[in-house]
Amino acid sequence: MTHDASSEPAYRTDSLIAEDIDAYLEQHQNKGLLRFITCGSVDDGKSTLIGRLLYDSKMIFEDQLASLESDSKRVGTQGQELDFALLVDGLAAEREQGITIDVAYRFFATEKRKFIVADTPGHEQYTRNMVTGASTADLAVILVDARKGVLVQTRRHSYLAHLIGIRHLVLAVNKMDLVDYDRETFDRIVADYRAFAEEIGIEGFTAIPISGFKGDNITAAPSPSTPWYDGPSLIEHLETVEIANTAAQARAFRMPVQWVNRPNLDFRGFSGLIASGTVKPGDMVRVVPSGKTSTIRSIVVMPGKAGAAGGTGGDGELDEAVAGQSVTLTFADEIDCSRGDVIAAAGDPPQASDQFEATIVWMSDDALKPGRGYWLKLATQTVTATVQEPKYEINVNTMEHLAAKTLGLNAIGVAELRTERPIVFEPYVDSRALGGFILIDKMTNATVGAGMLHFSLRRAENVHWQPVTIGREEHAGLKNQRPRVLWFTGLSGSGKSTIANAVEQKLNLMNRHTFLLDGDNVRHGLNRDLGFTEADRIENIRRVGEVARLMTDAGLIVLTAFISPFRAERRMVREMMEDGEFIEIFVDTPLDVAEARDVKGLYKKAREGTLKNFTGIDSPYEEPENAEIRVNTVDMTVEEAADYIVSRILPLK
Amino acid sequence: MHSLTHLERLEAESIHIMREVAAEASRPVMLYSVGKDSAVMLHLARKAFYPSPPPFPLLHVDTTWKFRDMYALRDRMAETAGMELLVWRNPEALERGINPFDHGPLHTDMWKTQGLKQALDHYGFDAAFGGARRDEEKSRAKERIFSFRTASHGWDPKNQRPELWNLYNAKKAPRGQNGGESIRVFPLSNWTELDIWQYIMAEGIEIVPLYLAAPRPTVERGGLLLMVDDERFPLEPGEEPVMRSIRFRTLGCYPLTGAVESEASTLSEVVQEMLLTTTSERQGRAIDKDEGGAGMEKKKQEGYF
Repeated sequence: MTHDASSEPAYRTDSLIAEDIDAYLEQHQNKGLLRFITCGSVDDGKSTLIGRLLYDSKMIFEDQLASLESDSKRVGTQGQELDFALLVDGLAAEREQGITIDVAYRFFATEKRKFIVADTPGHEQYTRNMVTGASTADLAVILVDARKGVLVQTRRHSYLAHLIGIRHLVLAVNKMDLVDYDRETFDRIVADYRAFAEEIGIEGFTAIPISGFKGDNITAAPSPSTPWYDGPSLIEHLETVEIANTAAQARAFRMPVQWVNRPNLDFRGFSGLIASGTVKPGDMVRVVPSGKTSTIRSIVVMPGKAGAAGGTGGDGELDEAVAGQSVTLTFADEIDCSRGDVIAAAGDPPQASDQFEATIVWMSDDALKPGRGYWLKLATQTVTATVQEPKYEINVNTMEHLAAKTLGLNAIGVAELRTERPIVFEPYVDSRALGGFILIDKMTNATVGAGMLHFSLRRAENVHWQPVTIGREEHAGLKNQRPRVLWFTGLSGSGKSTIANAVEQKLNLMNRHTFLLDGDNVRHGLNRDLGFTEADRIENIRRVGEVARLMTDAGLIVLTAFISPFRAERRMVREMMEDGEFIEIFVDTPLDVAEARDVKGLYKKAREGTLKNFTGIDSPYEEPENAEIRVNTVDMTVEEAADYIVSRILPLK
Repeated sequence: MHSLTHLERLEAESIHIMREVAAEASRPVMLYSVGKDSAVMLHLARKAFYPSPPPFPLLHVDTTWKFRDMYALRDRMAETAGMELLVWRNPEALERGINPFDHGPLHTDMWKTQGLKQALDHYGFDAAFGGARRDEEKSRAKERIFSFRTASHGWDPKNQRPELWNLYNAKKAPRGQNGGESIRVFPLSNWTELDIWQYIMAEGIEIVPLYLAAPRPTVERGGLLLMVDDERFPLEPGEEPVMRSIRFRTLGCYPLTGAVESEASTLSEVVQEMLLTTTSERQGRAIDKDEGGAGMEKKKQEGYF
């Protein structure tokens, strides 16, 4: 069998080891480190693949090999051949059951990189294990059995990897030996997967046809059995893909403070792991949330052997430190700074808030109790937090949104949460370190959940706003008016835009400075990148809210006409504005009336099922409970409604 | 752009772990066994808190049967680091004269497993650093970095706290309530044997000379090559210690630790042999062989580190 690579490890011991060990060590001193996760069910050959990687990179010693050989004959599933899976199935209980039940970490190295592999099971009930393993990974290898193709679990693993922010996905189509290395089979699986990946927003992936059992395209590609494959081998790909840690250096500097180092009255240093960016002596920094600024005086390290790992300086100071390093910083000024604070680039610090929207993965048998206090740990901050009733739960098999009152073990949902005091954060998509958190039960001390912050639901705490001389008062004063946001909400076709137009015309005649933000128009420009999923709708409203707020700062009366079906989002915008400046106007036209009008023909499409997520049909509209103004277009003409609204907002100054 | 090397990443992670413990535990301690992993762990602790000395003591759970070289280095290293050194010897084992020649597995159980539990209870430590690595042994591969222990020091491999990102949950019931739950912390979890050696060389860390080959008095027992380190070693009638050039890949109680014949007298020669050899590290330790593949897991459930 020409393609049987199992008898010859491709990673044979480097001849340099025997010839010149010092040269070899020099070469291996400066490897990078890549962490990845393998996802697949027992049947996909995941443990076999990991065993194969260890075997091919000479990570298996003779005594282990001997016990592998005897175990393979005794309990192996591969007949007389080596069952690599036995190398990695660790704990006694699972060896008996023949399955892996938790997260295990494996290590191997090639000449270019050291690898840490998180091995997690593919069973549905173990979502939490996969999320755990994925949280530290740069890359995910999604295993698919070539005989079975893309299955529900393939989607689930891919969705979870994407959710946790893994940017590099490898679709490893395994067991190619069992489909005679058939190219069409491979191409079909890749096409299936691509369609699904695009659907859930995965930007790209690398597909590799492999056989973990036989060794094809693991270390070298193309294997003689797949001459049609022109991509890299799995190892080659793992050796060259970008490491997240390196990418983080390009972002603004942030270091959560872990520990204040105070050996005596003359030294006060702040120790932590740099989450992003770089830092040098002389850099201006800001301590968040206090907002106080100072300059970096020194980056202190233990004096030692020059040029050693971690850049131990000969003289005990570093010229520069980067994301991923653990350092101790001293400041030029005596300013307050303690555990939980974040030291950040002075000109571009993160914000603090106490209300967020987040995706939460529940990891405990005891379901989430909305409203109950949990410990929330984010970076080095630990605070009490309460989670609201989830907005929805996500079915990880179909990606559908389901109504939910709580989250049970392994459930994933989106919910609002509040912390007892503001915490420094960044959205998870920007920073795993400042956007990822765990929830701890206060009674049992168990880690019961993990989450990823989307955004703050509040106007940011003004810890570092650029002070401006001409403020909103001056802007508004010049226009002789009080800024306002007239927020029109209602069903599609309820008459929001028509009435808003009429109101603006009347205000214009009264010499008022106004601006009308219309849903359709905004979607053609600012929000061109957003679709109609619930998440996109929320983001749409958030952006409109931000724009409206800037316009009120400029002194304008802003009119907006958006369906904005969810109370939470309208509340989010209300909370962005100064008290009394947000006026919610409910255009209360019943569904049957709006649908009968169907000006744009959208209701028809929604009823036919060609338009999904349409408010009022297959997506809810949550009526305002306390709208400042309520109008309708059944009892009132457009003119009457507009006059009524203007009368209600007088006086304008 | 400065791409960090694997040693820089590992170092940063270990230091981060130690600082979290220092910040969140009320009474942490560092288990110090004087081996090469302990040496690296201690060095990392000194770097983590410099210019302060590490804010916790060192604890050596002694069996009275360690190599003499180990005792010498232990005392010197604690002094260099400016740390308090606590030595615990199980009083009951001391009284009964438990030793590896006459008492077999009981020796390890009483001196090490029971001794460790006694020491942790005696001093009321709520977090203990250990130098175990995940690549050492299969059941270690699944253990968390912050590994929760019940008040009776038990480990439940099926009920471990999920560990995400670099967020470690150090919460536990205080002493008195549940009698003192604790956490074993493994800052070297993600290091491999080769990483340890490379780091020792790069940083110039002092290790016990027994790791380097030298002529030493030895006898062969049960397939292991043992060093006759002091006069307590009971020789069989007619048995004569033989001088052989040996070194140790791992260090424990001298009557239980097998040596390898070797000419590697420098660090890089040791690494060279390690890379060319094909037997795993713990083979020289009698302890793992007791109960087959599941031996270590069982020991850990009972409270062994």
